[in-house]
Amino acid sequence: MTIVDVATEELVYERPDALSETFTHYCPGCTHGVAHRLIAEVLDELHLRERAIGVAPVGCAVFAYNYFEVDFAEAAHGRAPAMATGIKRVRPQNIVFTYQGDGDLASIGMAEIVHAAARGENITVIFINNAVYGMTGGQMAPTSLPGQKTTSSPNGRDIETMGMPIRVSELLAGMPGASYVVRRSLHNVKEINKARKAIRTAFQAQVDGMGFSMVELLSNCPTNWGMPVAESMKWIEEQMVPYYPLGDYKVAPELK
Amino acid sequence: MKQLLKGNEAMAEAAVRAGVEAYFGYPITPQTELLEYMSRRMPELNRVFLQAESEVAAINMVYGAACAGTRVMTSSSSPGVSLMMEGVSYIAGSEVPCVIVDVMRGGPGLGNIAPAQADYFQVVKGGGHGDYRLIVLAPATVQEAIDLTYEAFDIADKYRHTVVILADGNVGQLMEPAELPPMRPCDPGRARAPWALTGAAGRRKNIISSINLVPEVEEEFNRKLQAQLDVIRRHEVRYYEYETVDAEYVVVAFGTAGRVAQTAVKQARVLGLPVGLFRPISLFPFPEERLAELAQQARGFLVVEMNAGQMVEDVRLAVNGQAPVRFYGRMGGVVPLPDEVLTSIRHMTAKQEDYR
Amino acid sequence: MQSELTISGFGGQGALFAGQLLAYAAMDSGLHVTWIPSYGPEMRGGTAHCTVIISHEDIGSPLVRNPAAVIVMNMPSLDKYEPLVTPGGVLVVNSSLTTRSPRRADIRAIDIPANSLAEELGSARLANVILLGAWAAATGVLPLEAIEKALAAHLPARHTDLVQANRDALRRGAALAGATAFRVGQLN
Repeated sequence: MTIVDVATEELVYERPDALSETFTHYCPGCTHGVAHRLIAEVLDELHLRERAIGVAPVGCAVFAYNYFEVDFAEAAHGRAPAMATGIKRVRPQNIVFTYQGDGDLASIGMAEIVHAAARGENITVIFINNAVYGMTGGQMAPTSLPGQKTTSSPNGRDIETMGMPIRVSELLAGMPGASYVVRRSLHNVKEINKARKAIRTAFQAQVDGMGFSMVELLSNCPTNWGMPVAESMKWIEEQMVPYYPLGDYKVAPELK
Repeated sequence: MKQLLKGNEAMAEAAVRAGVEAYFGYPITPQTELLEYMSRRMPELNRVFLQAESEVAAINMVYGAACAGTRVMTSSSSPGVSLMMEGVSYIAGSEVPCVIVDVMRGGPGLGNIAPAQADYFQVVKGGGHGDYRLIVLAPATVQEAIDLTYEAFDIADKYRHTVVILADGNVGQLMEPAELPPMRPCDPGRARAPWALTGAAGRRKNIISSINLVPEVEEEFNRKLQAQLDVIRRHEVRYYEYETVDAEYVVVAFGTAGRVAQTAVKQARVLGLPVGLFRPISLFPFPEERLAELAQQARGFLVVEMNAGQMVEDVRLAVNGQAPVRFYGRMGGVVPLPDEVLTSIRHMTAKQEDYR
Repeated sequence: MQSELTISGFGGQGALFAGQLLAYAAMDSGLHVTWIPSYGPEMRGGTAHCTVIISHEDIGSPLVRNPAAVIVMNMPSLDKYEPLVTPGGVLVVNSSLTTRSPRRADIRAIDIPANSLAEELGSARLANVILLGAWAAATGVLPLEAIEKALAAHLPARHTDLVQANRDALRRGAALAGATAFRVGQLN
């Protein structure tokens, strides 16, 4: 009988340096944790942790600054792109990113995000689209789907009075200043891997001075959607993806 | 050497010479020359100029640049400053330094573009949410606008506080001979404050935030802010006096109203009336101690403002019933003229009121 | 002592520039001076006016109700400012663009057909400086030489070719007003 010398355990999964060793306040099963980890992995991979400055939103990710081992500012609601602009303009040597939800970016902060993209501001935006206001307890967002029941649309989003949800990636892709605008999803491993790649490309675009880059991530909110986590993943796939098609909306030729 | 300088442009150049590294703003009359001047001047010096999409964005760009430990400013006028108040509160809650020039105009609403002082309450007392105060300096002449703007950045840095240069359309548009201060060195590679966001290289990460969910923690932070304001109250009081030594009556006015009142006081002296002028330059901290002293010698006060009576409340608090305090004001962008003020002075001195 | 001059006309007639020129001349002569314009949309097509105060001492109010002198460059300005000139003061009227003579007897009114004179000198744009020359001669607040020096020193570089024409305009206005001028508002 041969004794197989089993190799020492191979460490295949560890905390990225850019991710803080702490508990988060996010609900169990929320994909914010996944998005955080992807960003941290990319910052490690591109050796950007020590150069990075993050800007947190108002919304569920308001405490994002506690979860990354990078310098961080906490912006006013919707103003993260303006604040990031201020930082990037005076510190072009740093890598500046915002992390924003759909209420923050697509509602109250619409002017700031559109103009940051229009200027080709050399920042990276991670946009979490979960079709609902999370922190305030599940109200209708500009991205809530037609008919979607929320605490402020108890009979479902009425498109006659509230219009159709805003497709942010499509909108910002129309800005000449944008170098990279894509939509990915976090509902399964395959899509998460694609999201990771996209986040890497978005940060690389900033490193290369290409101008505005944004990754929209379709995300869940099991708590406010009122469903188990597994079901929420299915809801993304079956309800959100058809209205928010995954794909590349703007990719500068240099990034292809 | 004195040059003939316009208030708005003079404040811009003073900021440049004080070492402002970034300017973010949005056009609005009557301060636009300041923005236009910066749009030429800052790129010339390889410094940052950006015309923002709104005053909301401008102040948040200022907030960001301030978090990065940079000398930064914006300028606007009343309606634009209203829009900035959200950011002003966040900046106060984050304790980062910046300078704001507010060239006030007639209001409320869209109002007009004429000089006014109706935003005293907004800027001096609040405007944004929460318990905070801004350091507010009110120039009356172009030279004073230059000197105060030049100094504002040091004061802002010293206290990690917002300093507002509260001018009005008159100060912004006026041309007078004035002298600019020397150009300070401005090294982009200089070391930044230890709290600044510069990237967590070789140190623990820095976080700048204005959120404290636990009320007791937020209260503790508020106590710290208030303690800082007390230090500011002790060290940053500024005022100007004219003919007050033997004055039995004192006219109190700031900014443009102050210089108009000075002409009236001069005319009153020619008529033999024992009148002096007290012109607060720092509106916060308000020069209440000196006013209380003057209340011991004065038989009456007349407050003149280009509003419905705002600073007069602070004067009454300082005088604390020691003498009658009258008010004369013009509103909506109308600048009072010296003869109107002189008439009010004559009414005051004729009444011979004496509380003592 | 101080002296005040308000200059009023249509936007584009050079009222603001004439005032600035005077402010430079006063500053270069070591005097205190303020220049305050009308500003904003008025500048584009409406009326434009400015007030210049010149003094030996610090200037308080940059605005006065009754200026010692007014230059009116058009009809609306004549109607508006004639009543405001301080008694004994000077009113310089651009009679090329006004349809009536001044009515007050307690001020010195000087009619100068500034537009026609300016055209004789080669450019209608010299009207403002002609009127300023008339004011200088009538009031004696500043010698013509001081304004001439200011022209040379502060006219934008791209306009240096216009210095001589402006000098001529200044002298022309002064000659018309000077002969019988009595002096008011003079600094002493």
